[in-house]
Amino acid sequence: MTTQAGPGNKNAGAGRRHPATAADHKPRTIAIPASRPPASPLLNVENISVFRGERLVLDGVGLRLDAGEALLLTGPNGAGKSTLLRVLAGLRKPEGGHVLWSGIDALADRTAHAERVAYLGHQDALKPGLTLRENLALPARAAGSNPDQAMESLDLLPLADLPARMLSAGQKRRAALARVVLARAPLWLLDEPSLGLDTRSIGLLETLFQTHREAGGIVIATTHVPLPLPDARTLALPGAIAVDAAEELDMGLWS
Amino acid sequence: MKAGPMRASIPTLLAAVIGRDLRLALRHGADTLGSVLFFILAGALFPLALGPSPELLRRMAPGIVWVCALLAALLPLDRLFGSELEDGSLDQLMLSGLPPALVALAKMIAHWLTTGLPLLLAAAPLAIMLGLPLPVLPILLGGLALGTAILSLIGGMAASIVLGARRGGVLLPLLVLPLATPALIFGAAALDAAQTGLSWRPDLELLGAFLAGALPLCPLAAGAGLRAAVE
Repeated sequence: MTTQAGPGNKNAGAGRRHPATAADHKPRTIAIPASRPPASPLLNVENISVFRGERLVLDGVGLRLDAGEALLLTGPNGAGKSTLLRVLAGLRKPEGGHVLWSGIDALADRTAHAERVAYLGHQDALKPGLTLRENLALPARAAGSNPDQAMESLDLLPLADLPARMLSAGQKRRAALARVVLARAPLWLLDEPSLGLDTRSIGLLETLFQTHREAGGIVIATTHVPLPLPDARTLALPGAIAVDAAEELDMGLWS
Repeated sequence: MKAGPMRASIPTLLAAVIGRDLRLALRHGADTLGSVLFFILAGALFPLALGPSPELLRRMAPGIVWVCALLAALLPLDRLFGSELEDGSLDQLMLSGLPPALVALAKMIAHWLTTGLPLLLAAAPLAIMLGLPLPVLPILLGGLALGTAILSLIGGMAASIVLGARRGGVLLPLLVLPLATPALIFGAAALDAAQTGLSWRPDLELLGAFLAGALPLCPLAAGAGLRAAVE
């Protein structure tokens, strides 16, 4: 993932990395103050723990989100933001904890859960040889949605017939965001959605977020920069080990 | 958002994934043709190495065609899932609503259409060039049709298992070749039998049985491999 957690820094937080220590302290659910605690939130995540190799990346993370709400995941590099998104998408099974969608265990049937999820990863997942329209054909077919409309909403229509390899980084990011729109899924999981976007595109993103939330959708995004998500709640993942490693490598300023 | 949009049915999705792969194969024509050209070239090397004795070549033709087809089918396997994993497309495929086993099956079918089928077409001229008697040709093609399908299934399974491994490309042939030997033995034996006037049916039927077993099992194993690879 990032610079830390290499085999070199063995003594960085030695006590924190062993599985046995996870049981010693009680699960640290990071409480998100909800204005009115709902009886059964749409998305209820309890006590998620994930190991990456020997390292405990996520330790008892919990969150509750209702329809129309948004959550920003923040934290230093390597704090497990992307890992948490992948768990919520059902791409990765957590070592412990539950993801409940309207009270149902979402990870029990991950193929069914996939229909509730629109996931934007680090990578844009575009095939350089295919045109933008061809790249979006499969997700459009899967969700039965209109690719032109999605491209329109991200100002991509003029580029629709260009091969993806001709697009700039920001244009590719917009294409990947168009795929999120196409999925017509209630749960948006976005890994740094504004990466490479210009101000105008961030304006488009704001409109998309707003429409999605007004329709009762949930947005969960990792970010290092402010995102146009008004009254979004924030979950700061501690990533203590990452900080240790960064200091050890004297790269604190970079992270 | 409450009223669920019309989701595509599983056969539609399967066809969409295969269609996307075919389109990609057409766009990258050089990669697709690569294995066929390898097949023809490798086959053409045997007469040069063994000498132009028609009798010898006729006897060896079944083995040459089968071994070359097996090796040629291996070539694109490394990229079958590797390119999808690298650019993040595998995540999106896993979230497309298809069960992982069917994602794997779609890729295997696409592999057969872009590698197995062209090999099948190229096998006829190669076999004729090696002096295989014409009456035996349908048996060669029938056997290869089953055999290349088996190779796509086993190869796809192996490719998904080594996915993400550091030396996956090296591991792949080591995994596929032993598993594919039964197909090679039955396929070549059917031709041998036909050339010597024996019944070739049992060998082809065994090939068919092998395919019938691999068809459900390989995608299931491959699906598990894909799940593990995206974790």
